[in-house]
Amino acid sequence: MAKQIVQITVNGEPTDVLVEPRDSLLETLRENLEMTGTKEGCNNGNCGACSVMFDGRLVNSCLVLAVEADGKEVTTVEGLATSEGLHPVQQAFLDKAAFQCGVCTPGFLIATKALLEKHPNPSEHDVRYYLSGNLCRCTGYHKILEAVNAAAESMREGA
Amino acid sequence: MKEIDYASAATLSEAASLLSKAGDRARVLAGGTDIIVQLREHRRDIDLLVDVKNVPELSAMTYSATDGLTLGAAVPCYRIYETPAVAAAYPGLVDAVSMIGSAQIQGRASLGGNICNASPAADGIPPVIVYGATLKVQGPNGSREIAAADFCVSPGRTAMRTGEFLVSIHFPPPKPRASAHYLRFIPRNEMDIAVAGSGAYVELDAGGQTFKTVRVALAAVAPRPLPVPEIGEFLAGKTVSDEVIRRAGELASQAATPISDMRGTTEQRKHLAGVLTRRALNGAIERARG
Repeated sequence: MAKQIVQITVNGEPTDVLVEPRDSLLETLRENLEMTGTKEGCNNGNCGACSVMFDGRLVNSCLVLAVEADGKEVTTVEGLATSEGLHPVQQAFLDKAAFQCGVCTPGFLIATKALLEKHPNPSEHDVRYYLSGNLCRCTGYHKILEAVNAAAESMREGA
Repeated sequence: MKEIDYASAATLSEAASLLSKAGDRARVLAGGTDIIVQLREHRRDIDLLVDVKNVPELSAMTYSATDGLTLGAAVPCYRIYETPAVAAAYPGLVDAVSMIGSAQIQGRASLGGNICNASPAADGIPPVIVYGATLKVQGPNGSREIAAADFCVSPGRTAMRTGEFLVSIHFPPPKPRASAHYLRFIPRNEMDIAVAGSGAYVELDAGGQTFKTVRVALAAVAPRPLPVPEIGEFLAGKTVSDEVIRRAGELASQAATPISDMRGTTEQRKHLAGVLTRRALNGAIERARG
């Protein structure tokens, strides 16, 4: 089918991009817009590596078509840090060394930010339940849990 | 993924016309969490996706204590549990939609899509059956209603004819001393497909001691989500007791006709159908008593 132009606001910046209907938002971010922070893991909605915020809601970008993103706002991992420095979630993952290979990390950062905006003081159950859509094959999750708690604390102090 | 066409419908009649013209070469796109994976893995061969999220009737959710809940077929799962009045009125539905996939999936996937995908293991379907919901489908020549219990006919197949699509799901208003509970068995804590599941709806008498109406439906133990009317017939009019609930569990195990596969054996699933039905009934009774 003919390609079409869609306008997606990525990290606050309206962007026109030429896509095919079969292109996922993930492919469009990585290949058309060359924003490779968002990772492809399973490409079927199980691993959460491609997590982005889509009109304020946590989604897997492999399960959204780029044509569905026309007129929508997307936040990727590239949109977390500001000129002031890293986002508290990024800083906490860095401080706690909550990653090894790093492929799952952008997804965890986005999902953790979404979690903490909803539950500023989450229980361990809240964290494990909310992040069950993000898989990490390296860390065993322990350091990720520590980082999420540290991020929660630092965001509560900053609020 | 092979090349496909995409059309976003703005009205019911536009969606009906696109879908009837393309026939079985088209499929509805709501949350996309099943259809996009099926297309990517070449498990479904179509030429056109019809996005229905911009059709007002499919994205609307209306609830009142007198009229019940009308849920547009494309409403994502999270809107059910993030709407307090709806979550309080239909806790058995919340059980299911908060265990379908992850937070990411629940942000997109709709209950309507879960129903139309018609997996025998779907968590969303037993609660829809036991709440006695009615499904409104639209075709090129108008709309009709199908009882939830009759909607799924075999794995991936529904009672809808080519060109028809699901518009909304209507749940009757909640009754006093009535509630429901759905639960499933999976070897993990989250993010898995049911080995078996059971949903139960109970309505008790004024004293909260006698069953008036009971409906049970099972997941993943038959070629379709399985209503078990024998349990309702057995329990109606009986006093609530461990003994009758145990007997209801046996009826569930007897009704189950599961296959053995990588998720579980026939024997295990028949056993689970009984255990889960007892627990679902007890959970529903506890909620009904308030």
